[in-house]
Amino acid sequence: MGAIKAVSDADFQTEVLDSDKPVLVDFWADWCGPCKKVAPVLEELAAESDAVVIRKLDTDANPETTRKFQVMSVPTMILFKDGQPADQLVGAQPKAAIKRFLEK
Amino acid sequence: MSETRNVIIIGSGPAGYTAALYTARANMRPLVFEGFQFGGALMQTTDVENYPGFPEGIMGPELMDQWRKQAERFGAELVSDDVTRVDLTGEIKRVWVGEDEYTARAVILATGSAYRPLNVPGETEMMGRGVSACATCDGFFFRDQHIAVVGGGDSAMEEATFLTKFASKVSILHRRDAFRASQIMADRALANPKIEVEWNTVVEEILGEDGKVSGVAVADTVTGEQRTLPVTGLFIAIGHDPRSELFKGQVELDESGYVKVDSPSTRTNLEGVFAAGDLVDHTYQQAVTAAGTGCAAALDAERFITSLGD
Repeated sequence: MGAIKAVSDADFQTEVLDSDKPVLVDFWADWCGPCKKVAPVLEELAAESDAVVIRKLDTDANPETTRKFQVMSVPTMILFKDGQPADQLVGAQPKAAIKRFLEK
Repeated sequence: MSETRNVIIIGSGPAGYTAALYTARANMRPLVFEGFQFGGALMQTTDVENYPGFPEGIMGPELMDQWRKQAERFGAELVSDDVTRVDLTGEIKRVWVGEDEYTARAVILATGSAYRPLNVPGETEMMGRGVSACATCDGFFFRDQHIAVVGGGDSAMEEATFLTKFASKVSILHRRDAFRASQIMADRALANPKIEVEWNTVVEEILGEDGKVSGVAVADTVTGEQRTLPVTGLFIAIGHDPRSELFKGQVELDESGYVKVDSPSTRTNLEGVFAAGDLVDHTYQQAVTAAGTGCAAALDAERFITSLGD
């Protein structure tokens, strides 16, 4: 369900790090209640604007990328610019807060 | 601005959804602002073993989901936004989400409580980097590591016990020499071979290295002795504070910030404004008690609307 594409350890390089546009990656997990709250908000944001590409990564299935970017809390949203993590947001946040984060 | 409703409910935990269910079933067409903490505190728990009617227990998020569906079934209108401003003093209650204004003749406040921070150096900086307020969310990332839980209540016991699934060792840091948790929860934690309790211990600082937690500086409240515990994760479970900020200055609060009601009713000092759940209750704070007062608030609101006539 939803339009946000899942990325994995295997295609993280091509889908996220090599992207020309900034990419916001939602590091989530199946067991995390707050993640379920953030997911539909990100779907809405993805539908509203295409200035930032939004992707999601299942931390349980993709330990390599999760470790590499030191994700120790879900949900964590990391904004990647030019292949580098530029900023991050930890924990479930309201839509307005995520929007502000992306506009920064 | 949309039409004036009978009732607006702010909050979506056990209290908010129960109020929604009852008012919806009474054909009051409630508008429910679920807010961002959708599902309330139970969304961060695992097995709920003490909600009546579920002999095998039920997962917190699952229970909330069922509740939500039950409210929707009777026509509650659910909005997932956070309310940003209210004016509850007039006859018509006004509620804003950003620039959008909604009005109703009665309002039920059920915003619950929010996690209480430790307020020590390093806490904000290390949030998501080893500091967490949600064991069920983040325990997984601390496999085979030594971590600590701060607190002495039921949530601290639940988190510590849950975290032993992943961690090699869990230290419970508690500022007193006895837990205030219920006996069954405390016994379960104390019997766990992976759990060690550091009594009379307060956290003074959270230490970081390479952008993640490397330890916590603690002090003994009796001897004053200071030392560092080499933990890689710190889970904070020292309690909750009522989320009443939005209503301050309008609805009467007690010195701890809880909304005052004319108990056993759910009436606040403002006519047409009712409050329920953890926002009001500093004593019990259970899902079932929150649901109970949520129901009471719905019935109080219904009676109030009827008394207004058309």
